[in-house]
Amino acid sequence: MLAPVAAFLLATALPAQDASELLNRMKAMEDRIHALENEVQTLKAQQAPAAALQPQPAPVAPQPVPLPSVDTASLGGAGGAAAKVLNPDISVIGDFIGAVGSHGGRPTPSLEMHESEVGFQEVIDPYARADFFISFGEKGVNLEEGYITFTALPAGLQLKAGKMRAAFGRVNTTHNHVLPWIDRPLVTQNLVGGEDGINDAGLSLSRILPAPKGLFLEGIAQVFRGDSDGVFSAIRRTNVSAVGHLHGYHDISESTNIDFGASYARGHSPFADASNQLYGLDATFHWKPLRRAIYHSFIARSEFIWARTNVDSPGQIRSLAKPFGFYVAGDYQVGRRWMFGARFDRSQRGNCLPTIPETTAPCVNDLDTEARFRNFTLRQDTGGSILLTYLPSEFSLIRTQFRRARYGEGLTANELLFQFQFSMGAHGAHPF
Amino acid sequence: MNYSFNSNFPWAPTERIPFNMKNLSVTRDRSTLVAISRVASATNRKVRQNMFKKKYCALATLLLAVIPLQAASKINVMTATEDIAALAREVGGDLVTAEAIAKGYQDPHFVEPKPSFLLKLQKADLLAVVGLQLEIGWLPPLITQSRNPRIQPNQPGYMDMSQYCQILEIPQGQVTRAMGDVHPLGNPHYWLNPDNGRRMAKALADKFGSIQPANAAQFAARYADFDKRLTEAEKGWDAKFAPYKGKKVITYHRSWPNFCERFGLVVADYVEPKPGIPPTPAHTLDLINLMKREGIKLILVEPYFDLRTPNSIASKVDGQVLVLMPSVGGNKEITNYFQLFDYDINALINAFAKLK
Repeated sequence: MLAPVAAFLLATALPAQDASELLNRMKAMEDRIHALENEVQTLKAQQAPAAALQPQPAPVAPQPVPLPSVDTASLGGAGGAAAKVLNPDISVIGDFIGAVGSHGGRPTPSLEMHESEVGFQEVIDPYARADFFISFGEKGVNLEEGYITFTALPAGLQLKAGKMRAAFGRVNTTHNHVLPWIDRPLVTQNLVGGEDGINDAGLSLSRILPAPKGLFLEGIAQVFRGDSDGVFSAIRRTNVSAVGHLHGYHDISESTNIDFGASYARGHSPFADASNQLYGLDATFHWKPLRRAIYHSFIARSEFIWARTNVDSPGQIRSLAKPFGFYVAGDYQVGRRWMFGARFDRSQRGNCLPTIPETTAPCVNDLDTEARFRNFTLRQDTGGSILLTYLPSEFSLIRTQFRRARYGEGLTANELLFQFQFSMGAHGAHPF
Repeated sequence: MNYSFNSNFPWAPTERIPFNMKNLSVTRDRSTLVAISRVASATNRKVRQNMFKKKYCALATLLLAVIPLQAASKINVMTATEDIAALAREVGGDLVTAEAIAKGYQDPHFVEPKPSFLLKLQKADLLAVVGLQLEIGWLPPLITQSRNPRIQPNQPGYMDMSQYCQILEIPQGQVTRAMGDVHPLGNPHYWLNPDNGRRMAKALADKFGSIQPANAAQFAARYADFDKRLTEAEKGWDAKFAPYKGKKVITYHRSWPNFCERFGLVVADYVEPKPGIPPTPAHTLDLINLMKREGIKLILVEPYFDLRTPNSIASKVDGQVLVLMPSVGGNKEITNYFQLFDYDINALINAFAKLK
């Protein structure tokens, strides 16, 4: 009954078209209410005879029991278990690695539960989400990543704060279980901090940049405390490290695309009271026919990294090492469960500068520190690998990798690595 | 010496007024100076008035140009699959643009989260997803990286279509991966029942109406029209398919429970031993025996699965493999929701007729 009055009041403030529309909608709502009322009456009428047909219980002496409640509303909240729905997604990924053969001066254990990565991921509030990845080794625990991502910032910006893998190239951002190999390329081991890489506490700001049609461009700027084993070392608060990454992507066709990037990192050198700089270029080519995406795919990837590492020792003139390294790799999926891969890598490194895993070959003049740096030279390691991967399901894989490497000291490694990787729980999908 | 009036606002339309002092026979006479100043101030006033008029005209034109643009702006809808996009076009008409991430001939469980999708998601007003963890392997990182607060989960621009539909095969009891790549929240291929299609269309029309209240009546009318056409089409499909009700089939993946329940087909078993697990020799042998025992001749396969195993099974039982389309866009003929059922029902009828 109030509808026409309300509509009139509103109509005075609204244009004629809106008012008539409002009236129509209210009329529709009234009709709907009448229909529902009729439905309720019909249902009540059906229930009444049914109740009348129920056999009447024999008369018994009045019992002091409460009358059956006529309150049909559901009382109380959800059970205690309902609170668990707010728990984060939890996942565990196991990585078991074995190695046989000669290691050529970079030994790894014969059998090792290399890593158990535990992930906790959940939305925090309407403005942000959080991701934690805790890596358990056989002996210790390491916070691999733990950061908040602000997803609702203005101007197309995205901010991350916490500990994270720096956006330097491709391999550095990749967790172990997403790598197409059992190990990491020589250039990562020699110049970018090995398995942990540039992984530090800091802030990351990114934005999708304007670009010509068909091209995706993203800019990422990061600031870290400046501590990453073998790459950066902060001895003062001002020794922060900075990483910049320009990421490009282009769809060549619906099945093929190319992804490319340029990276720069600068921080305090762990070998001198000076800077350490890294420059990187990366490119990845993907082919995956959409109609047969689960059976066939090919990925070719490569990264080139240049370093400018300052090294000095007490009383000596600082010297600048400029090592360079790269890898080229390809993976071809031949069936739903089988994948072949190959990788060629080459990397220079400063003589006696640490690598991860560590090179145990004796340095020239190892005991004479000053002479060691005075005769600073570059060594070159070269390696090649072939891989075969079997995937019983999406949640496990078995991989073997034959690796041959010739290290700068003249030692050669011929190793057969094998890996069992298995995951359980809800592990969030990784970005492209 | 020439003086001219010049605006402080270089972007505003201005008028240059020549004011030649020599022509005014300049004297030291006070009255003449007053007269000059009066003429000058009158001229300035006129010019200022003219300028304001022009400014307001420009502003009004600008407003007039902007208002219709805003009113006519389309709702930018991104969807996980082509089916939802097709339904969005049905009820949205010219007032929405709808684009799907996964193609109709692509396995919707496995889509690459390409950065090019981010550019589209960044501008979306609405993201409508299938839900029930169908897109769990690829959509969450795209949503997070989209930098679009509107389409984040549980925000007004995020729609989980499964919330509006009848869901089958909701696992009871303990769910483990020993059951294969099982969907713990229920089977996500629910759009293959027109009743669910109708529910999705209604939900989309309501959502569009809430985004653009001015056009709510139009969306409601378009939905009413869609509902009517779908009801008519269903009558036709039911009549055509009536002779085949109760027929048993084998399907590759568990993509068809809603379709089969609606049109009366019985799924006897699957080519996959468990969801997401490729066929194994032992299960294939069991399947051949089952088909021989029960006289099942038809194997339904989605366009993204390999046909070798189904063909080999079919050859052993003198049966047939039929590639049935689970989504709009599965092939070039299927461009809308009606054509999806037209195609599948005709293909099934033809296949059954051949097998007689």
